[in-house]
Order: sequence, then C-alpha cells, then structure tokens
Amino acid sequence: MSITISGLTKRFAKTDVLRGVELGVDKGELVALLGPSGSGKTTLLKIIAGLEWPDTGRLRVDGQDWLKLAAQDRRIGFVFQHYALFPHMKVRENLAFGLSVRPRAERPGKTIIAAKVDELLHFLQIDHLADRYPAQLSGGQRQRVALGRALAIEPKVLLLDEPFGALDAAIRRDLRRWLRGVHEATGSTTIFVTHDQEEAFELADRVVVMGEGQIAQIGDADTIHDHPATPFVARFMGATVELPVTLLAGRAEGAGLDLSTLPRRALPDGAGRLFVRAEDITPVPEPDAPWRIVSRTSTGAHLRLVLRHPKLGEAEAEVPRRAVRAEALTPDAAVRLKIEAGTIFSSAPNSAATQPSLQTKPIQLERSQ
Amino acid sequence: MTTAPLGQLPGQTRRGERILIGLAVGLTLLFIAAPLVFIFVRAFAQGWQVYAANILHPATLHAIWLTTITAIIVVPLNVGFGIAAAWAVAKHRFPGRGILVTLIEIPFSISPIIAGICYLLLYGRQGLLGPWLQANDIQVVFALPGIVLVTMFVTAPFVAREVLPLMQAQGSEQEQAAVTLGANGWQIFTRVTLPNIKWALLYGAVLCTARAVGEFGGVSVVSGNIRGQTNTLPLHVELLFNDLNAVGAFAAASTLTLIAVVALVIKAILEGRRQS
Repeated sequence: MSITISGLTKRFAKTDVLRGVELGVDKGELVALLGPSGSGKTTLLKIIAGLEWPDTGRLRVDGQDWLKLAAQDRRIGFVFQHYALFPHMKVRENLAFGLSVRPRAERPGKTIIAAKVDELLHFLQIDHLADRYPAQLSGGQRQRVALGRALAIEPKVLLLDEPFGALDAAIRRDLRRWLRGVHEATGSTTIFVTHDQEEAFELADRVVVMGEGQIAQIGDADTIHDHPATPFVARFMGATVELPVTLLAGRAEGAGLDLSTLPRRALPDGAGRLFVRAEDITPVPEPDAPWRIVSRTSTGAHLRLVLRHPKLGEAEAEVPRRAVRAEALTPDAAVRLKIEAGTIFSSAPNSAATQPSLQTKPIQLERSQ
Repeated sequence: MTTAPLGQLPGQTRRGERILIGLAVGLTLLFIAAPLVFIFVRAFAQGWQVYAANILHPATLHAIWLTTITAIIVVPLNVGFGIAAAWAVAKHRFPGRGILVTLIEIPFSISPIIAGICYLLLYGRQGLLGPWLQANDIQVVFALPGIVLVTMFVTAPFVAREVLPLMQAQGSEQEQAAVTLGANGWQIFTRVTLPNIKWALLYGAVLCTARAVGEFGGVSVVSGNIRGQTNTLPLHVELLFNDLNAVGAFAAASTLTLIAVVALVIKAILEGRRQS
C-alpha cells in the first residue's frame, strides 16, 4: 500500500505538533521516522493509524481517503512501545484477538483462527510461549507477541511506535534483525518511529528525520550523516560543535581553524556557521594558535579534549588516544583545529538566495590573539 | 528471611514495641470485636426459639426484604454509574473533568441526613416537585423510591472510587490496540476494559452493598419509619430498641452484622485477588 501525506498539521492546546508534513511511502517500503522527543513523529504515526486526527491536510492510502475511515476500518497493525498486550489473555488469545472481533460475516471459523495463530507462533518463533500470560514473558518476548498480534489481521500498513525503546541493547539488536526478516517475509509497508539513529539507519530503507513538527530531511544513512540539510539535522546527527566561519567564494575561514579539507561549497559570501562532530576535530599543536586545551579526559580508546577560544568559548574534540601527536595534547597547549569533515550553513537571512552582496557582517575572528 | 525493625538487631524486641502491639490489639478487641460479639450474645440471650420468633416477626421480615430490595436496585445502578464515571474521567479529556471528579466524591463529605432533607425538600409534598408528583400520582417520599434515591446518593462514589485509579493507571493503550485490531466499542468494553477492572469493580460493589444495607440517617428522613411498610433494617433496629424489645433489636441487628461480616470476608478475598 502506498501512503501519501500532504499538508498535515496538528495542534495540541497551544503547541504546533505538526506543521505541514509532506511524505510519500511506497508499497513494501520500510521507513523510519527519526527525531528527538517532541518532534511530532509519534503524532504522525498515530494519525496514520487513526488514533489521532489532524487539523488540516490529507492522508491517502492507495488513493483512498483515510481521514474518512475510522481506525477499526483501516486494517493497520500498530505496535506500542510498552506492548499494550491484553494481560488477562494468553499469548494465543492475544494473537487471535484481531480475527475474533471481526463481524460475524467476515469472521473465520474457530479452527481456522486456531490454525492461523499456530502458523503465526511458528513464524515468529514463539511456539513455546503460546499458553503463557503476558506477565510471564520478558520484554523482548512481549514485543514479539505484540507484533504477532498486529500481523494476525494481515495489515495493509504496519506501524511501530518506538518498538524497541523499552528493551536493553542486546535484545534490541536481536529484535531489529528479526523485524527486518519479518518485514521482508511479509512485504508489508512498514513505518516505525525511533529516536535511535543506529536503529533507524540499520533497519530502514529510508529515514525521515523530523524536527519541530516538520520533516527536516529524507535520505539514507550516508546522505544524512555527511550532508545534513539543516543545522537541526546536523546537531541531531552529532555535529554538536558549532563554530562561526567567514565564507568567501565558497571557501570558509575561521579563527584558528584549518578548513582546507572541506570541499568548496556554493554558498553566499559572508558569515556562516560550521557544524562539526567532536571526532572530526584534530587539534594540532602550534605556538601562536588561538585555541587552548582546557582539560583532557581519557575514555580508554579516546581522549576527550575541551578546548577554549578567548572569544568563541568552548569546543570539544575527540582523538584516538594512541594517535601520533596525542602526547603533545596536554592542558594549556596552544592548538589549531584541523576540521576533517563538517557542514557549513550560511548565516545570510535566506541562505538559498544567490545574491553574493548580502549585507551580513563577517565576524572579525582573526583579531583575537 | 527475617527482617529486623529499623535500628535493631534481629531477634531483639524492645519492651516499647511489645506495649504498642498489645495496645493496638487490645483496643481493636475492646472497641470493634467486643460489640460484635455482644450483639450475638444479646440476640441469643433467651435462646434459639425467641431469636427465631423475633427474626420471623412479619415486621422484621419486611424490613429485611425492604433492605434487600433496596440493595438489589441500588448496587447495579451504582456499578453502572461508577463504570461510566470512571471511564469518562480516565479515558477522556473534556472541560469540567476536574469538577466531575470532585462531584463524584461529594456524598462522602456530606452527612447522609442532609441528603435526606434535600430529597425531602425536592420530592416531598411541599417540595419543589411535590405538586407535579402528586398530580401524576407518584409517591417518592415515604416510599421505596425515596429510600432508593437516598441510598443511591450515599453510595454513589464507592464503585467509581475503586475503578477510577485503576483505569487511570492502565491508560488507554490497550483500548487503542483493540481499536487498531478492528474491535468495536462494545467489544473493547467487554473484552478489554471490563476484564481489567473486574476485581476492583467487585470490590467496589461489595463496599457499596455493605454501605447500602447499613444506611440509616438519610433513609430515616425520607422513609417516614412506617412499620411494615417503609422501615428498613437499620431503622427497624432502632424502632425495636425504642420499644424496649432488646432481644428483637439485637436479633435484627445480628442479621445486619452477618451481612457486614460476609461482605468483609468477600472484600478480603477480593483484595487478595486484586493484588495477584
């Protein structure tokens, strides 16, 4: 089933949770909605499920207007973070629920339901849990049952809300691979919500990064990692060190920064901001350099350095502890920062504008030191 | 495994502790258990026959019947009300939700006699609705409807109070899951919501029954205490006592006590179930 979402907005009290979401999902695709809490990703998922309703916008699935369809009639599978299993029913009864509540005319016979449940138990590799109650299961087992319950109705669309959020790391990885397998076997269109980048990139065909009620970027792991579309995505993807630079003819310069490795960019002249990951900063000792090392902590494999610039404040860098020059990186050493990779955004009011003569004041960085 | 009280070595019990435990047990026996035993002692003071004769007295039988029928009407209605109110408050957001929660609890803080008087002023002959009721030949006050209404008022919060916290703690994810699986409203209620609140509901119903059976103040205002007609069991006990028929009064009281004890036992069993 292909899903087309356009112009979706939603307000809770005084907060805009969704601010014009446009998204298309192809049949059989596995898509991750990735974003920090409060980005609107769960609300979007619940709107697709029919558990929330948007204020404006459209939601069409295979050409059908789903905003005119109640959740009961959409035939979706929804998996909750905290499983939401029915505690008074055995695993078997939980799986059978969706089939047993069908209107009499469409309801399969008891033996057919039982056979279908057996098949599912086997498919999900949980045969041995059939006669247990949810309280007798571990978190990972519960989530398998929850997914099985959703799959039992052969959903057109499978929706998962932070499906592994409540599980520990090892089980998470395990279930991730398992879910990928289930997706490939069923071929259902699947959308899942997560705030875990690794999970999103490992599992999904396409990742939709959401921030503040809007889609910030859609792409695969490499694209989003190397070419974040907005400062928000850059920060969210771990480029938390933010440094002011001056752009001139597509080249960037900054106080005590070596930006020679960064490729030339088609950005307007003037002020810009560089977003970089701590591990992409290599401090190079240099007597006259403006940055100073404030502190040095070892995490075993890496050294974490806090650097200070008299005007710009602090930045953090992470270098391999066994790197060649690591010994020279002692507190109070003067360093120049070599930026291995990073993203620059123009500070011009409209960065898409092609006018090179925008009246933005370049920050005088070199004056310090 | 034994756990020692705070700041003590295991096996070491202080004298102060013993005195406190003794005091608690002693006071419970003196103020709660002793009167209960005394009721039965007095009821059987003149032997089985006298006791049976008193119980089987038409006026007493009528009082037992009236109290029973009142409970039979009131408890299911309040179970329905309790579920509806708890459902509305726990699973929905609407203006005035907080006020509704407070309103449900009002019968707990108002003396039942006030409720009785209010109903008298509303439905009585000189009351607000009196002329209309009279014109349509409906007797509310000094009759079963009045007794039922007041008892309902007094016992209204019991079920809601038990069910509400449970429903709030459970949230509505299970219901949402059921919706996405295609269940309709009735299926969700009977197959998901109700099983989840089953024990709390029964517990509330038992408390509600015990209170309905024992209600005195409010009923005494609206019933008119007509012997053999509008006299409920608690009112009958008082009447017999005022008649100086001690054995009769205690015999009637013993049936009330019995109901209370049975309710208590059921309540204890349900409490165990609810915890598991």
